[in-house]
Amino acid sequence: MPEIWYAIAVVMLTAYVVLDGFDFGAGALHLFVARDDRERRVILGAIGPFWDGNEVWLLAAGGAIFVGFPRVLSAGISGFYFAIFLVIWCLILRGISIEFRSHVGNPVWRRTWDFFFWVPSVLLPVFFGAALGNLLRGVPLDRDGWFSLALFTDFSAREPVGILDWYTILVGIFAAAALTAHGGAYLTWKTEGVVRERSRRAALRLFGAVVLLWPLVTVATSRVQPEFLSSLASRPVAWIFAAGAAGGLVLAFASLRSGRDRSAFLGSCAFVGGLSLATAACVFPVMLRAIGDPSHSMTAANSAADPAGLSTALRWFSFGFPLAILYFVVLFRLHRGKVAAAPEGEGY
Amino acid sequence: MDDAVFLHRLQFAFTIIYHYLFPNLTMGLSFLIFVMKALGLRRGGERWNDAARFWIRIFGINFAVGVVTGIPMEFQFGTNWGRFSRYAGNVVGQTLAMEGLFAFFLESAFLSLLVFGEKRLSRIGHFFAAAALFAGSWLSGYFITATNAFMQHPTGHAVGADGVLHLADFRAFLFNPWAVAQYAHNMTATVVTASFVVTALGAFYLLERKHVDSARVFLRIGLPVGLISSVLVAFPTGDHQAKLVARHQPVALAAMEGRFESGRHAGLNVIGQPNVRERRLDNPVAIPGLLSVLAFGRTHDEVQGLDAFPPADWPDNIELLYYAFHIMAGLGTILIGVMLLANLLAWRGRLEGTRPMLAVLMLCFPFPYIAVTAGWMTAELGRQPWVVYGLLRTVDASSPTVHAGTALFTLLGFCGLYSLISVLFLFLVAREIGHGPGHRAAAASAVSGPEVGHA
Repeated sequence: MPEIWYAIAVVMLTAYVVLDGFDFGAGALHLFVARDDRERRVILGAIGPFWDGNEVWLLAAGGAIFVGFPRVLSAGISGFYFAIFLVIWCLILRGISIEFRSHVGNPVWRRTWDFFFWVPSVLLPVFFGAALGNLLRGVPLDRDGWFSLALFTDFSAREPVGILDWYTILVGIFAAAALTAHGGAYLTWKTEGVVRERSRRAALRLFGAVVLLWPLVTVATSRVQPEFLSSLASRPVAWIFAAGAAGGLVLAFASLRSGRDRSAFLGSCAFVGGLSLATAACVFPVMLRAIGDPSHSMTAANSAADPAGLSTALRWFSFGFPLAILYFVVLFRLHRGKVAAAPEGEGY
Repeated sequence: MDDAVFLHRLQFAFTIIYHYLFPNLTMGLSFLIFVMKALGLRRGGERWNDAARFWIRIFGINFAVGVVTGIPMEFQFGTNWGRFSRYAGNVVGQTLAMEGLFAFFLESAFLSLLVFGEKRLSRIGHFFAAAALFAGSWLSGYFITATNAFMQHPTGHAVGADGVLHLADFRAFLFNPWAVAQYAHNMTATVVTASFVVTALGAFYLLERKHVDSARVFLRIGLPVGLISSVLVAFPTGDHQAKLVARHQPVALAAMEGRFESGRHAGLNVIGQPNVRERRLDNPVAIPGLLSVLAFGRTHDEVQGLDAFPPADWPDNIELLYYAFHIMAGLGTILIGVMLLANLLAWRGRLEGTRPMLAVLMLCFPFPYIAVTAGWMTAELGRQPWVVYGLLRTVDASSPTVHAGTALFTLLGFCGLYSLISVLFLFLVAREIGHGPGHRAAAASAVSGPEVGHA
């Protein structure tokens, strides 16, 4: 049962990264691929109906971790207290930027919100990447299962560690490049004309950067956390996901070049999703790795909720999860096709 | 209580009170919009559709702020209340996770269809989007109320060998009698808020002699719904809630009423100031026997005072609890009176001519917000010193690794950010009110003309 909930948590987080990832990427690119108000309204129209639902995956994934592994949730987010609030404030700023912008036509108002939409769209992927870096490197969990981390120490990735060090920043940059490329693929798919062309070029360049960074990050991970590569070698399922990610990357590249926009986005989804799943398959069953004494690590087995609670939750989850998928299928179908700027007052 | 716990409490209180200003309106308004869209389906219901279109715009702004200010609420269970999450997570994790899966997805999927989809969807389709928002937001309300109800009156749990709570009976937990009562009381209160807001704007337009037709439609729905809901909030839902408090949290009831001594024929204190040091209520004005009746049904029933309980189990801020409860109950009574009078005048066809009454209706809209806030303060302060009633004390619930200074920093950060959001929110809502109903394009012709900048 804990294994099932580990898988559920991973799937929910992966869905979050793939879905909110494309609107983060769209936000990070919009200042450059959309130059005037009409073009920027196209971008907002492309993500407008989805961004809020995409973000719900974060809350739903948090809920799944809470119900499945209350010890992990309580230790994890109180330990990253400071960083969590930076993330929350970014999410708030980003949400109101998207929602408030369209209400007033004044150009200064709109450009201001464009800027406040862009900043958190760049920062959030870096933060989430750095968070993943922290999970891979490990945190100073004590015997009672708590920890607290400074925002940074000496950037060495050795004890005493901070949230930001050379390794976690590297993962953060990699995540930002990957999700921005992903957003570029999404915009290529959903827009047309000059915005599509700029997005396509940006996506190609960013995927190029991703190709360079990916091996670098993998090598860095194996230096910081030697177990990572050895478990990668012994777990075929991780290989399958990693191969899926690589295949997605190739597909995204080829399709962006040949103008098959939808398969480019699907390839990008496979890349981001495959990477997330492969990483989770490598670190399983560890959820919060303790730096120093490995016996303090929180694993799926030693930190799961009680079995009765897990099986109850599985029952309502297997009913609610397909519903959530259904909403997204309906939403994507209702908003299929390329997006044009909505008339004023009738859209973002 | 050390500084850190105090600051964690203050941050949670501040962020939840601020957050709840918005769902408090949107949950009630989603019901009214649903009714308007249903009336709009009939032949000749176009004026209801026009009214709905305006209120959907107000709803959209409120909902957006509700969504973004709701994000920290989810996180703070873990960031600030780590030991609570670890102790009660097996149980309350269920409803918190269900809220995301069953309610938030539903709301987020249909929000943009409701706000921007009227042209894209058919009449029925748009009505369906309104129904989905109504269902989603009221479902969300249930899950979070059930979570709170467990903290007020734990049911369906067992204390495990590992010292933390386990889920023993899911149905008993989900259908906690406290949750059902609190949900009924709270959701009727959201309808009161929305009715007063809709009515206030109708009164404002009538006083201004602008958008008069829309104003009449607003009053047409706001007045009767406002009257019914403000009565229901007091009786039976509020009464039922009070009886639950009397039975399960007698010490909270004693503190709410400033009742320091036990006894029969307990009077209801209408006015008075609790003097905790002297253990008495200063300058009390009481209605004899009424508290006994409200709590247990008969005037000679014994109602325990604070003297019946060890001071360690007293709510830790008796004064604030007392005032919050009295503000809630007092405002609730006044709101019923206002709605009674306004409905009476409207029924006699004299409301529009009675401008002072319109002015009262226009100015009354903050009071439901205050009453709701005071009501939640009553619930949460009355629960103290427990975070899970009778099981876990608030002082034992905070995150052990977060220092007071860090909590103060994030609290101040929220104060700043939310001040900014308040200014923007009021600006945008005032703009919509200024444009009025019938103004289809909120910011017509965007960047093309300088004339659009006016508010």
